[in-house]
Amino acid sequence: MKRRDFIGSLAALAVTPHVSTTDPLVWSFTRGMPVLPGRVKLEVPALAENGHSVAMTVKVDSPMTASDHVRAVHLIAEKNPVRDMAVFYLGAHCPRAEVSSRIRLNGSQRIVAIAELSDGSFWSDAAYIEVREAACTDGG
Amino acid sequence: MALARIDLPQEARPGELVEVRIVIQHPMETGFRRAPQGERVPRNAIHSLVCRYHGAEVFRATLSTGIAANPFLRFFLRATQSGDLDFWWLDDDEVQGAAKTHLVVSS
Repeated sequence: MKRRDFIGSLAALAVTPHVSTTDPLVWSFTRGMPVLPGRVKLEVPALAENGHSVAMTVKVDSPMTASDHVRAVHLIAEKNPVRDMAVFYLGAHCPRAEVSSRIRLNGSQRIVAIAELSDGSFWSDAAYIEVREAACTDGG
Repeated sequence: MALARIDLPQEARPGELVEVRIVIQHPMETGFRRAPQGERVPRNAIHSLVCRYHGAEVFRATLSTGIAANPFLRFFLRATQSGDLDFWWLDDDEVQGAAKTHLVVSS
């Protein structure tokens, strides 16, 4: 590999500074594809009193047609003991790419949502949540 | 443990967007919690959930302990005709749960 090709490939990795494409968990479904910022909107509160139950909504900007739709939305909590929080499988039959749930957080951390589109591209959004009282490991 | 509450609009028109909300009664044990005697409570969380409308899958999710106890989910589907909305889920103890409701579609 030529030096300029190598530097070029580094630039491809740096496209998404907020999502590491070499992270084994991200790699498990992206297979090294770039994860681009945008199109996804992750709505979580900026501050949570405790981490036991935090409302979460993820929306993807997609027409949801047979040729252009969201296949899946992956939700990752960076500091939970189980980082892989949930995967929501959508498809062309879903009229709107919007899913809500309540999540459990082990302390203040960043949450990342990655959407897999029908054309094989990946888009993401991240949000930081300040959690006053952690769930999971504190025995509660 | 197979208790769930499903919220649907009373009635929908064909082609209309329908908001589906479900709450399942389940502890979603993380496996990190200790009982009062000090022993670990084994992990038990719903890991798979499927929703079928008229026998066709409309929503599927794989969950983990990162989802709060008594998991809540909200998603959308397109109303076509009156029919049953079937939910099915499975937890780490291999216990299956199911819930069913009827969606009335009238033009």
